[in-house]
Amino acid sequence: MEKDAPQKKSFTMNFGPQHPAAHGVLRLILEMDGEVVERADPHIGLLHRGTEKLIEYKTYLQAIPYFDRLDYVSPMAQEHVFALAVEKLLALEIPMRAKYIRVLFCEITRILNHLLNITTMAIDVGAMTPLLWGFEEREVLMGFYERVSGARLHANYFRPGGVHKDLPPGLAEDIMAFANRFPKVIDDLEGLLTDNRIFKQRTVNIGVVTAEQALDWGFTGPMLRASNVAWDLRRNQPYEVYDQLEFFIPVGQNGDCYDRYLVRMEEMRQSVRIIKQCLKKMPEGLVKIDDYKVTPPPRAKMKTSMEALIHHFKLYTEGYHVPKGETYTVVEAPKGEFGVYLVSDGSNRPYRCKIRPPSFAFMQAFDFMAKGHMLADVPSIIGSLDIVFGEIDR
Amino acid sequence: MAIPRTLEDLGRLIEAEIETDLVSWSVEKGELSLIVERPAIARVLTYLRDSETFQFSQLMDVCGVDYLGRHPRFDVVYHLLSLVRNWRLRIKVQVEEGMPVPSVTSVYNCANWWEREVFDLYGIPFEDHPDLRRILTDYGFEGHPLRKDFPLTGYVEVRYDEEQKRVVYEPVKLPQAFRTFDFESPWEGMETAVKASAVKEES
Repeated sequence: MEKDAPQKKSFTMNFGPQHPAAHGVLRLILEMDGEVVERADPHIGLLHRGTEKLIEYKTYLQAIPYFDRLDYVSPMAQEHVFALAVEKLLALEIPMRAKYIRVLFCEITRILNHLLNITTMAIDVGAMTPLLWGFEEREVLMGFYERVSGARLHANYFRPGGVHKDLPPGLAEDIMAFANRFPKVIDDLEGLLTDNRIFKQRTVNIGVVTAEQALDWGFTGPMLRASNVAWDLRRNQPYEVYDQLEFFIPVGQNGDCYDRYLVRMEEMRQSVRIIKQCLKKMPEGLVKIDDYKVTPPPRAKMKTSMEALIHHFKLYTEGYHVPKGETYTVVEAPKGEFGVYLVSDGSNRPYRCKIRPPSFAFMQAFDFMAKGHMLADVPSIIGSLDIVFGEIDR
Repeated sequence: MAIPRTLEDLGRLIEAEIETDLVSWSVEKGELSLIVERPAIARVLTYLRDSETFQFSQLMDVCGVDYLGRHPRFDVVYHLLSLVRNWRLRIKVQVEEGMPVPSVTSVYNCANWWEREVFDLYGIPFEDHPDLRRILTDYGFEGHPLRKDFPLTGYVEVRYDEEQKRVVYEPVKLPQAFRTFDFESPWEGMETAVKASAVKEES
């Protein structure tokens, strides 16, 4: 071989599994040509806990806490899909107030999720302040979680048949006060990021996904909408009371990291709108159906009624039997289409519970998105994907 | 071709189009599901994706289900979504243990990882898959954990060994035996118990 002939030499780099920009336990094997990524091979499954297997051995009620632990930055959105799936198999219609409470907390969850995603993406590309501002607001929202369910993160609040408890006194007013104040925070964040020269240099035209590619790779949620496909399950296949609420579906033009950021920003504003409408329209009434075969009787009743005590005991030991059947139920979780394929064999435990996490599809597409980009763009792309390993690895 | 209005119409239309590849179809709880012949799955999905009438442009999910004791043992379930028509469709392929299913990676790119996951958790091989490796379980894992005959507790557990300075694998030791409860009790009234005794008396 001649001495002077230039030689192409690619080398392999290991990224993670413990890396602050990996948003969890992601291990990437990057084949690099100098600074340029030639191929990325994500190794996932480092957080695999066998959720689907465990759910097969639990009653329907005991399965709900596992859903909190999938995408742990938007817990209630996932409880929601399981509750809807079980209700579909049981053919239950939940009370109106429960539907409004669910939508209210789904939108709070959306803000929780987007605040985390936008601000951590900003810190990945070098902006520190949005994280501090955003997490202050997340703290307030998790306070609402705590007041309604007793837990800041793993709420276990949406149950088949409604929600566990009614809103405590004063919470509705506090959420309204937050909704009135919060758009100012979004403005502040936008002031820091949207026209920020450094932020734009790191995100515009990075990780571009066309509409065809987005469909082919199974993208949903903000990732799909940023590629100029107006598809939102809240609007296109409405569930709960979304068809009675007014909100816009923001779409992006270019499908790059910057557009994904803009779509999420606008979605937070729309969520605030939905929250206000929910609080205004919410009727009085029951928050779970009045059938003690599915929902527990009130504590006071248990002290006097033998029947209620028996129901309570049976509900929390054996649980209820769900009729034979199968369903694929979806909701528009903050990250995209979150689905559950639930197969029931007529017993008190799910026969099969397949969870369809939206970020699994995003992570899979990472290879083609990162191809040809610099190593420094990898964190911005990962940040804009909005991935959480709890739900990818399950 | 007229665009069908109801799921039943849609089912009949698909039946007319892919007659020979279809085993059966049904509409339950407002969801249409088809069972198709195993070798035809890639052809059927290509047709449903490209046809002007259907336009199932997204493959949302691929998953396996283990019906232990049934022949064929496994179902591989595909969930399709048509954004233009706002339809969802469930397609099932039945497969015996050890039999391969044709990969649909060439039809939908996103099938790649979903199929790897089914292979990992159920041990169903996919023909012509570009990169059929395990995906969710540990490096060097043995067995297919979501099969019904795989125990919930697994076979091995890991711990860090101070002497060897590495993580070691050991057989699972349970201080208390794994407990399962039989819940086929006659809580829902005495209906089930009465039925069971009636059957006994007849025979």
